[in-house]
Amino acid sequence: MSTLDATGEAARRPFPGRRARTGDVLLQGVAGLAALGAVVLLGLLAYKIVDGARLSLSTFGLGFLVHVGWDPVHSHFGAGGFLFGTAVTSIGALILATPLALGIALFLTELAPRWIRGPVTALVETLAAIPSVVIGLWGILVLGPVLHDHVMPALHSTLGFIPLFGPSTTGSTIFTAILVLTIMILPIVSSISRELFLGVPPELKEAALGLGTTRWEMVRGVVLPHTRGGVAAAMILGLGRAVGEAIAVAQVIGAFNNGISWNLFSSGNTLAAQIALEYQSAETKLDVSSLFYLGLILLVFSLVVNLLARMVVRRVARRQGVPAR
Amino acid sequence: MSAADVSALQRPNDRLRRRRAVNRGMELLAWLASALGVAILGVVVWSVAKRGASELNLDLLTKVPVPFAIGNVKQGLANAFVGSLVVVGLATAMAVPFGILVAIYVNEFAPRAIRNGVGLVLDVLNGVPAIVVGIFVFGLVVVSHGQSAYAGAFALAVLMLPLVARATIEVLALVPSTLREASLGLGVTRWRTTLGIVLPQTVGGIVTGTMLAVARVSGETAPLLFTCSLAGTSIDSNPGHALQTVPVAIFELSESADPADHARAWAAALVLLLFILFSSLTARWLAARSRRKLGRAT
Repeated sequence: MSTLDATGEAARRPFPGRRARTGDVLLQGVAGLAALGAVVLLGLLAYKIVDGARLSLSTFGLGFLVHVGWDPVHSHFGAGGFLFGTAVTSIGALILATPLALGIALFLTELAPRWIRGPVTALVETLAAIPSVVIGLWGILVLGPVLHDHVMPALHSTLGFIPLFGPSTTGSTIFTAILVLTIMILPIVSSISRELFLGVPPELKEAALGLGTTRWEMVRGVVLPHTRGGVAAAMILGLGRAVGEAIAVAQVIGAFNNGISWNLFSSGNTLAAQIALEYQSAETKLDVSSLFYLGLILLVFSLVVNLLARMVVRRVARRQGVPAR
Repeated sequence: MSAADVSALQRPNDRLRRRRAVNRGMELLAWLASALGVAILGVVVWSVAKRGASELNLDLLTKVPVPFAIGNVKQGLANAFVGSLVVVGLATAMAVPFGILVAIYVNEFAPRAIRNGVGLVLDVLNGVPAIVVGIFVFGLVVVSHGQSAYAGAFALAVLMLPLVARATIEVLALVPSTLREASLGLGVTRWRTTLGIVLPQTVGGIVTGTMLAVARVSGETAPLLFTCSLAGTSIDSNPGHALQTVPVAIFELSESADPADHARAWAAALVLLLFILFSSLTARWLAARSRRKLGRAT
């Protein structure tokens, strides 16, 4: 404030650097706080989910995971049926989506004329942009009735000896959910696979073709082995997406909570869908806490999926001598 | 291609014929898979467009829903459109500056180990299911303060944060380090270099990333169910209240048994879909254009 301060300041710093350095510290501090904030946010998220689930955890323990049924009247809740439904729907979707996605990726990298690649890539990826609530709306009002009227009776009469294809009474079934999830994970698996296939060194492909292989033999012998790990990671990520999808599944699966059935043409429920459907009806503390317990299962699963996909990618990268991204 | 040319020189035998047939079959399957992928998109979009277009009129955007309407009352979802604007706008305002700061720290200041750590956190955050984010915010905010547009926006912001941060990190990494060195070498301080020289280079990428993130969260229903869904039917823009939003409205209308409700759900879905397709296609186009420009410069 006084002149003495000002001159002292100037003497100590021949360059107008003090304010500038404050700026550096300030920006680094604020940005660092933001980064710390992101880490804290994830920690807080995990803590709040565990905290919310505490009552249910202490009441039901691990038995929650195997008990089938959601009974608010007697306050007895279990995730067994939802775990079953989640496994069936997401694995079913993965089984349908993977070959389809690989076919699309191969078409886009090996077969398609150049002019068609860009538009088809964009169209398939646009599928990923459609909100789940819109796909669910389509699933319940268009896909469900079509499946119930035509597809499910036909499958039941021809393949009915397999218990999966039982009689159908409604369009809101596990099967409908599988198809809806297939549509939702298809663009994820196909776009990752496409990028992987593009990364296969052309020398390898040309070498195979030069040896007289057909294009399919080249794909089977060079492209697929070369990208196996990456495709596995893509499938894991697709599975993670299918498991976590709440809204579209909630709309089409029929929300049947008391029992499990191998008949794909009957209603069921999944972890995520059950949370979404209970948003208005959960009343008691134990009920709400059990929803958090379901969320905790989903959270743990999503963590495992993410780390697993990361590990697979890293291992493949190391084996191939390419530094991981 | 070359395989066919080479094998044409040999005398075709049964084995070769079989190999070619398998090849032909597999190629056909790949064609069919792609056709199916595009067809699915076509069928979904066409279903929404066909059913939504008939109900798509000014009433949808200007009138509010009338509960237990008897007869032919003009109804719309104006409240939901206003609510969505408020909630998504607030979420963007929360997530974008936060995401950019995280990206600046990761790319410009952080040591390698921390950079990888924050990257992992962003990936994990990106992988958390939206419904789990919903109950997280429910536990954090709603249990003590009740539902509000702030709570809903916060939930959406949690989903947007990793998207914006990732996109910004990617474009920051593209800025040539010679640019930073030139600026620092001229005696410009670190913070002015970062904010005045480096960041302006990345505005295009940040805008693209933000648009994609907005497109993604404006269709999200799951995080809003527990945080911002118990809303009235009047037009309201006070973020302190729980506001109706377009995705939640579609979800509720789709569960209804009344065909008139379904019609409005289709119309709202059409508007939502048009908005999302428009913004994500524009973002893609902008990204492609800036990539072309960068390619020409180097």
